[in-house]
Amino acid sequence: MLTLHCPYCGVHADETELASGGEAHLKRFGPGASDEEFEGYLFMRENPKGVHFERWRHAYGCGKWFLAARCTNTLEVFGTYPAQTTEPPQHVRDAISAKRPGWKWREFS
Amino acid sequence: MSTRLAKGGRLVNRGRKVQFSFNGKNLSGFEGDTLASALLANDQMMVGRSFKYHRPRGVVAAGAEEPNGLVNLGEGNQLEPNQRVTTTELFDGLSCTSQNHWPSLEFDIGAVNTYLSRFLPAGFYYKMFMYPRAFWKHVYEPFIRQSAGLGRAPDAHARDQDTYEYFHIHADVLVIGGGVAGLQAALTAGRAGLRVVLMEQTAAWGGRAVVDGGTIAGKPAQDFVDAAISELQGMPNVHLRLRCMGAGVYDHGYVLGYERVNDHAPKQAGPRHRLWKVRTAQVISATGAIERPLSFAGNDIPGVMLAGAVRDYVVNFGVSIGDRTVVVTNNDDAYRTAIVLKEQGLSVPAIIDARASGGGALADQARALGIRVENGRAIAKVKGGRRVTGVAICAQAGEGAVLEEIACDAVAMSGGWSPVVHLWSHCGGKLVWDAPKAMFRPNPDAPPTGADGQGFVICAGAANGAFDLAEVMRDAAQAGAQAARAAGASNASDAAPEADSVVEAPLEPVWLMPQGANIKLRMKSWLDFQNDVKVADVQLAAREGFESVEHAKRYTTLGMATDQGKLSNINGLAILSDALGQPIPQTGTTTFRPPYTPISMGAIAGEARGKIFQPIRRTPMHAWHEAQGAYFEPVGQWRRPYCYPRSGETHGQAVSREIRQVRNSVGMLDASTLGKLVVKGPDAGRFLDMMYTNMMSNLAVGKCRYGLMCSENGFLMDDGVVARIDEDTWLCHTTTGGADRIHAHMEDWLQCEWWDWNVYVTNVTEQLAQIAVVGPNARKVLEKLGGMDVSKEALPFMQWADGQLDGIAVRIYRISFSGELSYEIAVDAGQGQALWDKLQAAGAEFGVMPYGTEALHVLRAEKGFIMIGDETDGTVIPQDLNLHWAISKKKTDFLGKRAQERSHMADPNRWRLVGLETLDGSVLPDGAYAVADGHNANGQRNMQGRVTSTYYSPTLDRGIAMGLVLHGPERMGEVIDFPGTDGKVYKARIVDPVFFDKDGEKQNV
Amino acid sequence: MSNALSALQGAKFDGLVKVADAGLQGMITLRGDFADAKLQAAVKEATGHDLPQQRAMALQGDTGVAWMSPDELLLLVPYAEAHACVAGLRAALAGTHHMVENVSDARAFIALSGADGLVREVLAKVVPVDMDPQHMPEGQMRRTKLAQVAAAIWMQAPGEARVVCFRSVGTYAYDVLCTVAAPNSGVGFYAS
Repeated sequence: MLTLHCPYCGVHADETELASGGEAHLKRFGPGASDEEFEGYLFMRENPKGVHFERWRHAYGCGKWFLAARCTNTLEVFGTYPAQTTEPPQHVRDAISAKRPGWKWREFS
Repeated sequence: MSTRLAKGGRLVNRGRKVQFSFNGKNLSGFEGDTLASALLANDQMMVGRSFKYHRPRGVVAAGAEEPNGLVNLGEGNQLEPNQRVTTTELFDGLSCTSQNHWPSLEFDIGAVNTYLSRFLPAGFYYKMFMYPRAFWKHVYEPFIRQSAGLGRAPDAHARDQDTYEYFHIHADVLVIGGGVAGLQAALTAGRAGLRVVLMEQTAAWGGRAVVDGGTIAGKPAQDFVDAAISELQGMPNVHLRLRCMGAGVYDHGYVLGYERVNDHAPKQAGPRHRLWKVRTAQVISATGAIERPLSFAGNDIPGVMLAGAVRDYVVNFGVSIGDRTVVVTNNDDAYRTAIVLKEQGLSVPAIIDARASGGGALADQARALGIRVENGRAIAKVKGGRRVTGVAICAQAGEGAVLEEIACDAVAMSGGWSPVVHLWSHCGGKLVWDAPKAMFRPNPDAPPTGADGQGFVICAGAANGAFDLAEVMRDAAQAGAQAARAAGASNASDAAPEADSVVEAPLEPVWLMPQGANIKLRMKSWLDFQNDVKVADVQLAAREGFESVEHAKRYTTLGMATDQGKLSNINGLAILSDALGQPIPQTGTTTFRPPYTPISMGAIAGEARGKIFQPIRRTPMHAWHEAQGAYFEPVGQWRRPYCYPRSGETHGQAVSREIRQVRNSVGMLDASTLGKLVVKGPDAGRFLDMMYTNMMSNLAVGKCRYGLMCSENGFLMDDGVVARIDEDTWLCHTTTGGADRIHAHMEDWLQCEWWDWNVYVTNVTEQLAQIAVVGPNARKVLEKLGGMDVSKEALPFMQWADGQLDGIAVRIYRISFSGELSYEIAVDAGQGQALWDKLQAAGAEFGVMPYGTEALHVLRAEKGFIMIGDETDGTVIPQDLNLHWAISKKKTDFLGKRAQERSHMADPNRWRLVGLETLDGSVLPDGAYAVADGHNANGQRNMQGRVTSTYYSPTLDRGIAMGLVLHGPERMGEVIDFPGTDGKVYKARIVDPVFFDKDGEKQNV
Repeated sequence: MSNALSALQGAKFDGLVKVADAGLQGMITLRGDFADAKLQAAVKEATGHDLPQQRAMALQGDTGVAWMSPDELLLLVPYAEAHACVAGLRAALAGTHHMVENVSDARAFIALSGADGLVREVLAKVVPVDMDPQHMPEGQMRRTKLAQVAAAIWMQAPGEARVVCFRSVGTYAYDVLCTVAAPNSGVGFYAS
C-alpha cells in the first residue's frame, strides 16, 4: 500500500486514491513509423529490479496524471513530478543518484 | 487437578460471577477471566483434540500463541469456529464446544489414528493418495473432508448479525504492545509532543513485567504501569487502545490494527470489530516474546504447559494448573514459575534443569524455598493419557534411560523465549541469530524501509531481545526517542527509569530432550501441537530431501496451523538444522506474513455488506422504474431496467411487447447512463480527430455524427454520437460503460501527450437525464407537450436543437439506435423525472410504454447496429465490422491508425461481420462457434466464425443473429454449422446484417 | 426550476451524528488559466471570492469557490442562479480558453452534523484522509475516495461537514454514511 505525493494537489495520496498507468516516458510512434519502432512503443517495457519510472493518476483526487521514480525492490520513492515532460527532471535524477549511484534506465542515467 | 486458588488473580473480580457453558456443561468463572482461565478453574484441562491423530490436548499457553485451545464459539448466526480460549474474554452466557472429535471430546473414534501414527508419517497424504487415480474423487477426498478441519463451518443459511467497520488514522508514532516497553516508548514519544497511538491486544496494560515481578524506579512494575497510563491519558496527543492488535505492517508505514470492540460484551450495541487503517511515520513493535516448548516425549499431554503460562494463570487469574508441578527448563526464567507456585503453597516436586551447570540467582532462591533442583537432567517421557500423572527423569546427555519417576499432575516447561518479530518482519525487516540467547532477533541494521528509504519499524523490549527488566526499560526509551526523532521531534529524551536487574545464568539451547532421544521418544516429541508434527517428522523430511525450511514446512505442515507456528517454528527449524548438519541461521526462518493472528472476515469487509456491498448507480428515474416493477440488470455499476414485465408476463413476452410498441407506436427509454463528455477549446477539433477514427473537426455546428474510438492497438474501444455545440465545443456520447473510461482516456492523452493543446474535457454524464422517445408516434408526443419545433424540417435526422418542452429546458438530439423516428432528450437531472412524467402523460393516447435494455438490444440488432461488448471484445477492429466508412482516409493520424496498418490487422482472413439466420427460424445459441472442415494441431475442429449477438426478433417473428465469419461478406447465402452445447448442430445462412428497413425509411421521416 | 429534485430528496438520519440531504446547491465547474486576470475577475464577480490556494475553499452561505486541481475550480452558487451564472461566466471569459459547465444536478450533497469529533470519526471510517482538526481544518476541500466512490469533503464549521459525490451514487454514499454513523459506534478517538 504505497503513498505517493501528488505534485499537483500536494496530497500524500494513499494508493487507494490512485490508478497506475504503466511505464513513463514512452515516445509515441504513429503512422510512418517502422514496425520495430511501433512494436517498441506498444509492447516493449522495462521490468527492472530497482529504479523505475511510472505513470500514476490521482484518480480519486485532483484527476491529474503524474510520474513517479521509485525502486521496485524496496518501494523507495525518489520523487514524483508532473507528467508534462519527456524526461525525468534533474532534481529527480539527482535524488536517484544520491541513493542509487550509477543507476541507468532506458536512455536516462 | 487445575483449580481456582483461594485468593489472588490480579485481573479477575471475584465479586462478580460469570456463567458460561462448555460442551453443554454449565460452568462459572469470574469477570476478568479468559475462557481459558475459567475452563482451567473448573478443572477442564482437556479442551480439544489434535488435527491428525486426535490426541487429547489441553491449554498450553496463556496468550495469542495458543495452539490447542480452539473452540466453536457461539451458535447459529453467531457461530465462529477456531476461537482461541486464551484470547476469548469470558462473558455471561458464553457458549462453546470443543472441536475435532467424534462422537465426544472424551471418547473420540479418530483417536485410533494415534495408534496408526507410524503409518502416517510426514507427507503421508502426498504419498498415500496418489494411486489409484480414480480413488481420489470417490474414496480419498470424501474421507479426508470428513475427518479433516478443525471447527465446524457455520450453517450455509446463517448470517452474521454483527456489524464491522474501518477507521483511518494518521500518526507519527504507532506503538504496538502495552507492556512496560510499549508504555515507556509511548511516554518517550508522547512527551516529545508527537501524535502517538498505543495499541494493546489484550484487555489489560502491563504485559509480562507485572506478572514476573521486579521494580521500576524503585516501585513494583504495576505502579509504573498505573502511573504511565495516567500520564499518557493526560496527553491530548496520545491515544490508548486496548483489545486492539497490531495485525500487520505494510509498505510505507501502513499498519492494520484489529480491534475487538465488543467480543467481550456481545450484547453491547455497536460494531463488533473495527479494522484500524493507520498511516504512521514510525512503528514501535513492543510485542514481547513467546516462550518455546521443550521437545520431550509426551510434551503434548494435557497438564504440560509453558512455564510462563503457568505463572500467568496463578498471578493474573488465581488459577493453579496442578497441585504438584514439575518444572523443566533450559534457562533461569522458569524458576520464577517454581517460586510463584511455592509461594502460593503449591507443591513443586522438582525443577529439572537440562543445564549441567544449572541456574543463577533465581535457582539459589528456589533452593532456599526448599525446592529440589536437578541439574543436567531431562524428562524422558511424560506419563499419563488425558492428563499428566507423572514424569520419568533421565540424563539430558543420554538417550533416555529412566533414572526416576516423579508423580505430578502438571509440567511447566521452558525452552527459552523468542522475540515476537512478526511485525518487524512483515515488511522486510531482517533477523540475526543471537547464539548466546538462542533466538532470532531483529537486525537493527536491516529494518523494513519506507517511502524515504529509511527504516520505519523499531523493536523495543523483549521484542528486540531484551529480557532483563532494566535492559527492557533502557531499550524502550531509546526506541521511543529514536522513533520520535525519525518522526521529526528534536527534543526526544531517551532517559529511562531505573529498573532492577537479575543476574541470570545463560540459557543452554535444548532442541531435543534428552539430546540422544531414541526414535520411540522422538515419535512422541511434539513440535507443532495443532498440526501434529513431531521431531521424527521433521527429521524424515530432511532425510527425504526437503532441505529448504519453506519446503520442510509445507511437507510436514509444521507451522501451517491456525497459530502459524508461534510455538513450533524455532524448535522445528533447529531440529531441521541439526538433521541437515548446518547452523540454524543458515536454515533461516519461514516467512512471517500478516495478520499476526487471524482476523475476522467481517473486519476485512468493513461496512461493505448487504445493500452497500458495492456502489449501485441509479439514474434520476430509478425510483420510477422500481415502482413499475422493472426487472433490472447490472450494466457496470448501473442498474438498468432490462424489461418491465406486466402481471403474468414472462420477461421474453415483456420484451416482445415493448419492441412491438416501439416499432408500431412509441416507447420511452431511460438513456441517462450514456456517457456525455463536453470537449472544448481551440484545439478540440484537432483533438477529436485524434480520438475518433473518423473526422470530427469538420462536423457542422448543430449536427451529429456517429464516431468510433480505437485504442492505440487499433482495437475498437467505444462508439457514440458526437454533436458539435458551437465553434469550439463538442459533446461526445459514449457507451454506458465507457463514460468514466473514455473521460480518463481523453485526459490521459491531453495531460501526458498533447499537453500543449488547448482543450478541456468535462464529464457531464450525471448532470443530465436523457430520455429517448422512439417510434412512429414520437414526434406527436413531443408536439403535444409543445414548446419547440420538432418537425422534420426544423430538426432533421442527425441534428440537435435547444429549446423547451412544456416549460422544461431541454436539448434534443435526433439520433436513432433503433431505426425508428427517435428523439433523445437531455434535461437537467433534477428535472428528469418531471419530464419523464410529462412524456408519459402526453404519450398515453399512443399507448406509450417504457422499454428496457433487452428491447434496445433487439431493436438495434434488427437494424444491424453493432454493440460495444457484443460485436467487440477487445480484439476486434472497425474493419472487421465493415465500418470502413467511419475510418477516415484523409487524416494523417488518429489513435489506432498505425496499428491498423500492421500485417495481422490488414489480413484478409480476419473474421468479418455478417448477419446469420437459422434455416428453421430458431434462435442461434449465444457465443456459438461455426466449425470448418478439418482439425487443428490440437485435434480440435477448425473454426470459421462465431456468434456475437443473437435474439428472437418479434418484428420478424424468427431468430436473428450477427457473427464474425471468415470471408463472411463474400459468402452471402452460404449455410454454415454451429454446434451447440446442447448436442444439436444449428444450421445458419449468412445474410446481410441489416434485417429490417434496409433503406432506413422509418427514421428519415 | 421549482420542480427540480435533489438526488436524495430530503433524506435524513439521526445516529451518532445527523446525516442529511444538504439539498439543491448550485455547482459550476470552471476550467482555465488561474493566472489569467480575466478569470480571476470573473470568479470574484460570480462568487465574491478571490481564487483559492491549493486545496483551499472559501464559502459564505451557499456561495463560494473551491480549488479542484491546478486548472479547475468548483464554484458554489445558489441553485436557482446556476444557469444564469454559467451564462455570465461564459460571457465574461469569451475569447480566452476556458470551460464552464453547470454540474449542480450531477451531484449529491450530504451534510453531517453533530459533535465535531464524532463528525470527524464518521468520515474517518470511510475516507483514507487524516481527519485530525490540524490536518483537515475548515477552509479546505479534500477530494478522495469515500468507501468505494469518489467524493469531496470539507468541514464547514465545527461539527458540520459536507460531502459531495456523483448523483448516481448519492444513495450509496448516504447509506454508507448512515451505516457508519450507527448509534453506539463512536470510536472515542477525536475529542468531541
